[in-house]
Amino acid sequence: MATDSGNAVVRAQGLGKEVSGPAGRLTILHGLDLCVKHGEAVAILGASGSGKSTLLGLLAGLDQPTQGGVWLTGQDLTGLDEDGRAALRSGRVGFVFQDFQLLPTLTALENVLLPLELAGVAQAGPIARAALERVGLAARATHYPRQLSGGEQQRVAIARAFAPRPAILFADEPTGNLDQETGEQVTDLLLDLRNAAGAALVLVTHDAHLASRCDRRLAMRAGHLEPLA
Amino acid sequence: MTAWRLALRLLRRDWHSGELYLLTAALALTVAAMTAVAFFGDRVERAIQRQGGELIASDLTVEDGHPIPDAFADQAQGLGLATALTLEFPSVILAGDTTQLVQVKAASRGYPLRGRLQVQANLGAPPADSDGGPPPGEVWAEPRLLPLLGLERLDDEGTQIALGESRLRLTRILAYEPDRGANLVQLAPRLLVNAADIPATGLVTPVSRVRYNLLVAGEGAAVQRFRDWAGRHLPPTAQVLDPEHARPELATAVAGASRFLRLAALVTLLVAGAAIALASRRLVERQTDAVAVMRCLGAPRHLLTRIVVLRLLAFGVLVSLFGTLLGYLAQHGLVLLAGDLFAQDLPPPSAAPVAVGLLTGLAALLGFSLPPLVQLARVTPLRALRRDLGTPRAPVLGATLGAAAALALLVWWQAGDAQLAVRLLAGLGATLLCLAGAVLVLVRLAGWLQSRARGVWRLGLAGLTQRPAAAVLQVAGFGVGVLALLLLAVVRVDLLRAWQEGLPPDAPNRFLINIQPQDVGPLRDFLASQGVIDSGILPMVRGRLTRIGDRAVDPDAYANPRAQRLAAREFNLSYADRPQSDNQVVAGRWWGPGEPPEQFSVEEGLAETLGIRLGDRLTFWVSGHEVSAPVTSLRQVRWDSFNVNFFVVSPPGLLGAEAASYVTSFHLPPGREAVMAELQRRLPSVTPLDVDALLGQVRRVMERGARAVEYVFVFTLAAGLLVMLAGIQATLAQRRGEHAVLRALGASRRRLLGALAVEFIAAGLLAGLLGSACAELTAWLLAGQVFDVELSFNPRLWAIGVLGSGALVGLAGTLATYPLLVRPPLEGLRRG
Repeated sequence: MATDSGNAVVRAQGLGKEVSGPAGRLTILHGLDLCVKHGEAVAILGASGSGKSTLLGLLAGLDQPTQGGVWLTGQDLTGLDEDGRAALRSGRVGFVFQDFQLLPTLTALENVLLPLELAGVAQAGPIARAALERVGLAARATHYPRQLSGGEQQRVAIARAFAPRPAILFADEPTGNLDQETGEQVTDLLLDLRNAAGAALVLVTHDAHLASRCDRRLAMRAGHLEPLA
Repeated sequence: MTAWRLALRLLRRDWHSGELYLLTAALALTVAAMTAVAFFGDRVERAIQRQGGELIASDLTVEDGHPIPDAFADQAQGLGLATALTLEFPSVILAGDTTQLVQVKAASRGYPLRGRLQVQANLGAPPADSDGGPPPGEVWAEPRLLPLLGLERLDDEGTQIALGESRLRLTRILAYEPDRGANLVQLAPRLLVNAADIPATGLVTPVSRVRYNLLVAGEGAAVQRFRDWAGRHLPPTAQVLDPEHARPELATAVAGASRFLRLAALVTLLVAGAAIALASRRLVERQTDAVAVMRCLGAPRHLLTRIVVLRLLAFGVLVSLFGTLLGYLAQHGLVLLAGDLFAQDLPPPSAAPVAVGLLTGLAALLGFSLPPLVQLARVTPLRALRRDLGTPRAPVLGATLGAAAALALLVWWQAGDAQLAVRLLAGLGATLLCLAGAVLVLVRLAGWLQSRARGVWRLGLAGLTQRPAAAVLQVAGFGVGVLALLLLAVVRVDLLRAWQEGLPPDAPNRFLINIQPQDVGPLRDFLASQGVIDSGILPMVRGRLTRIGDRAVDPDAYANPRAQRLAAREFNLSYADRPQSDNQVVAGRWWGPGEPPEQFSVEEGLAETLGIRLGDRLTFWVSGHEVSAPVTSLRQVRWDSFNVNFFVVSPPGLLGAEAASYVTSFHLPPGREAVMAELQRRLPSVTPLDVDALLGQVRRVMERGARAVEYVFVFTLAAGLLVMLAGIQATLAQRRGEHAVLRALGASRRRLLGALAVEFIAAGLLAGLLGSACAELTAWLLAGQVFDVELSFNPRLWAIGVLGSGALVGLAGTLATYPLLVRPPLEGLRRG
C-alpha cells in the first residue's frame, strides 16, 4: 500500500523494536518517526549501543520492527515477508558497511557485478566496469579483496553500492575501519557519487565531522531520535 | 539462468579460494573406493559373460561323471549338429624330477565348437588364434605351469613331460581357453591334451574321477530338438548345460565376492561422510557473511537455495567424475593384487561403473552436505550489520537423517537385499556407537592424565580433551580404518596359522586318489617298503543321491548353495565293517556282524544340510542302477584329522560289488619327497594330492582376496585422515587465537609444536589402541566361535596398529596445523 507523502524515499512511523534478553524484554527503539526525501543525505549520530545499526537494519528492511512501520520507496514493508523485502531492495537499495563485506571469493569486478546480476540488469559487465572506474580501481578489477587495502576494499564496496543506481544508500560507519586520511577520501567519494546519482543517503556514524557533510543530522539517544542543529 | 550463472561462478571462485579442497578430497575418495571395486567387479563379471556361448565352448553341453553313451553324439550328428568330446580330470605330470598337479583337459577334434583357443609359441610371445587343440603327442599348458616345473621357457622342439604312462611334448603356451570362464578360479594349472593320447596314459578307467563333456553346436532349432531328446534320455548322473545356466555357483560366488568388496568400500563412505559433513559445516560458516550480503543486495531466499543446490550438484558431478577416474586407476591395483586368481586376462571394463560413481557421489553429497548447506539460505541479512548474529545452527536432526538416508540408500543398492542392508546398517551403527563410547572414555582418561601432566603434555592433552566431540569423531573415524585393516590381517595371517598349528604334527599331508583296484596291493607293499604308514586304503564308489524317502532330490528345492551343489553332483560313498577311528556315531547305531547289508551311515553335517533323518530310506544312482537302504546311524567326523573320510558309508554287502577306485592318506615327513617321485614312476595312474601345496594354494587365494579387501580399506584409512583434517579445519580459528595468546605470553614455537605433536600422537595412539583391541576381540570371537581354534595374542599386531596409527595421525595432524605456528601472533590476535 503506497503511503508516499510527498517525495519520501524512506519513511518510518512509530517505529519500535524490542528484544528478549536475560533480564526480560529490552526496548531498543521507542516509536520513532523519520522521513528521508529523494536525494537527501541524513546522518544519524549516536554512541555505541544506542540503536543506530538496529534502526538502519529496520529502515533497509533487513529486520522487522515490533511496532510501527517502514515505507521504502513508497512501499509498506510491514506486509512483506523476507523474500518480498529482498525483492524490493534489489536494485533500489545500496549498502556500504563498516567492514566492507566484500565476498572474499569474488574479484573486485565480480563483487560489483553481483547486485546487477541479482537485479537482472542487462549489460551488467560494462556498468560494473564503469562503476569501478569511477572509484579509481579499474586497474584492480581482477584483484581479490584480500589483495586490496582497507581503503580500496571500501571503494569497491562503494562501487558495488552505486552500480545499480539505487534510490537510496544505507551506510553503516563507512569510515569506521579506516585511518583518517583514507576515511576522508572515502567520504569524498561516497558523497560525490551520491550527488552525481541523486540518491538519498542514510548514514549511521559516530564521526561528527562526517555527519556535518550531510544535509540533515539526527542524534540517537536511548532509543529516541532527536534533530541536531 | 541467473541462478545457474551465479552458482557456477561461485563454484569456480570457491574452488580457487581453496574452500572446497577438503570436501573434494573426501568425496573423491569415497567415489574412488566405490568405483575401483565397481570397475574390478565389472571386469570379472564380463570375463564370465564373455561372448555368450564361449562359456561352454558350445551351444549345449551334456556333462556327466561317466562316459556319455555314444547315442548322444549319434543323435546330435543325426540332427546336423557339430559335436566334440572333452574329458577333464586332475593328474600329476613329471618333468625331469619335478612333479606337479595339473587339471587335464583332453579334447577331441573340433573342440572348441564356439570361441577360439589362443596360444603362444613361448612365454612372452604374442598370442595367436588356433584352429583347434594340440595334435596327438603334444600338450599345451597355462603359462603358470612353467615356473612350477622350474622351466623358464619351452624348448624349441617341445619340453618332455610324462603324463601317466605316456611321454608327451609341451609345445605351446595356452593363452586363452574359451570355456575356462566356467572355472575361472582354478587351483591347478590347465594342461590341454589331445583326446587320442588319453588311452595310452592309462589314467582313465571306469572308476577314475573324470568329467565327461559332450559339446554340441549348430542351428538353433536343431539344438533345441537335441535338448528335448537329451532331456528324455539323460542318465541320472548327467546334466545339460547351456550358456545361460552354466556354472551358476561361479556366478553366485563372484557376485557374492563383489558384493562384499562393494560393502567394504561403503565403510569408506561412512568415514568419509563425517569429513564431508564437517567440511560442509565449515563451508557454511565461511559463507554466512557472503550470503548475508547477497540477501542485503536483494537475493531472495529461493534464489539462494537454488544457487546452493545447483552449486552442490555441479560440484557433485564434477568431483564424482574425478573420483571415478581415480577409481578407474585404482582398480588396476585390485587387478594386480587379485587379478592373477583368474586364469585368463580380464577384459576391459564397461562404462557402467561411471554411473555407480555419479550416483554414489551425488547421494553422499546430498545426504551429508545438503542439510547443513541449505541452512545458508536462512541466514538473516541483518548479519551484514551485526556480526554477533551467529551462523545458522547445525541442523543435527536433518543432518543425521540426511546422512542415514544416503547411507541406507547406498547400502541397500549395493547389498541388493533390504534385510542384509538393515542388518549391516544396524551393525555399523552399533559398532560406531561402541567406538564413540570407548573414545569418550579414553578421552576422559586423557583428561585425568592432563591434570597430572606439565608443559607441552598438558597443553597437548588439553587440545584433545577440551574438544571432546571433535576427538570422538577423529579417533573413531581413524579407528574404524585401523580396525578394518587389522582384522583382515588377523584373519589372513593369524587365524590360518593358528588352524594349521592346531593340526597334529603327524597329520596326513598326502592323499592318493584314483587308485585302481589292481594297484591296491602294489601300493600297500610300496608304502610299507618305504616305512610310510597310511590311514587305510579305502574303497570309493561314486553315486548320486536321487531320493530321500519318497521325495525325489531336486537341487532347486534347496535354498542353501551347498545343499544345491551336493544334490546336483555325485559324491563319494564307501563301505566298511567298522567306523573309522575319528568317527563317532551320534545317533542310531553302527552295524554289527551278520546284520542285513541294507544300511547307510551318514555324516551328520551332510544329513543336516540335505534334511536327512535317521530312518530315512536313501536311494543312490550307482553305476547305472539304483541302490537303496535306510539310514541307521549318523556320524560325527573330524575332517581336520586329514584322514580319508566319507559322507555316506554302507556295510560291504551293499556297495562291495560296485565298481570302486581307492583312496588313502598318509604323513610324509619333510625331506622324503623322493618317495612321491618314485611312486609316480611305479604307479603313474595314481593321482597324488599334496595337502601342504593345496593349503598353500588356498592360502594364496585367501591372501589375494584379503589383500584386495585390505586395499579397499586403505581408502577407509585415508578417509579417517580426512576426518582428522576436517576436524582441524573446524577448530582452526580457535587454535589460531589460542596460539596467538600463548605466543604473546611467551610460549616458544618449539613448545607449541610439541603440544601439537602430543595432541595428535595421543589421538593416533587412542585410535590405534581402539582399532587393535576391536580387531583382536573380533578375531578371538571368530577363532573360538566359528573356527574352533586357539588364537594366541599377537604383540606385533598391536605394535603395528597402535604405533603405526600414532605415527601416521601424529605426523599428519602436526603437519596440518604447523602453518599456524609460522604466522605472526599479531595476525591471530587481530582475527580474534
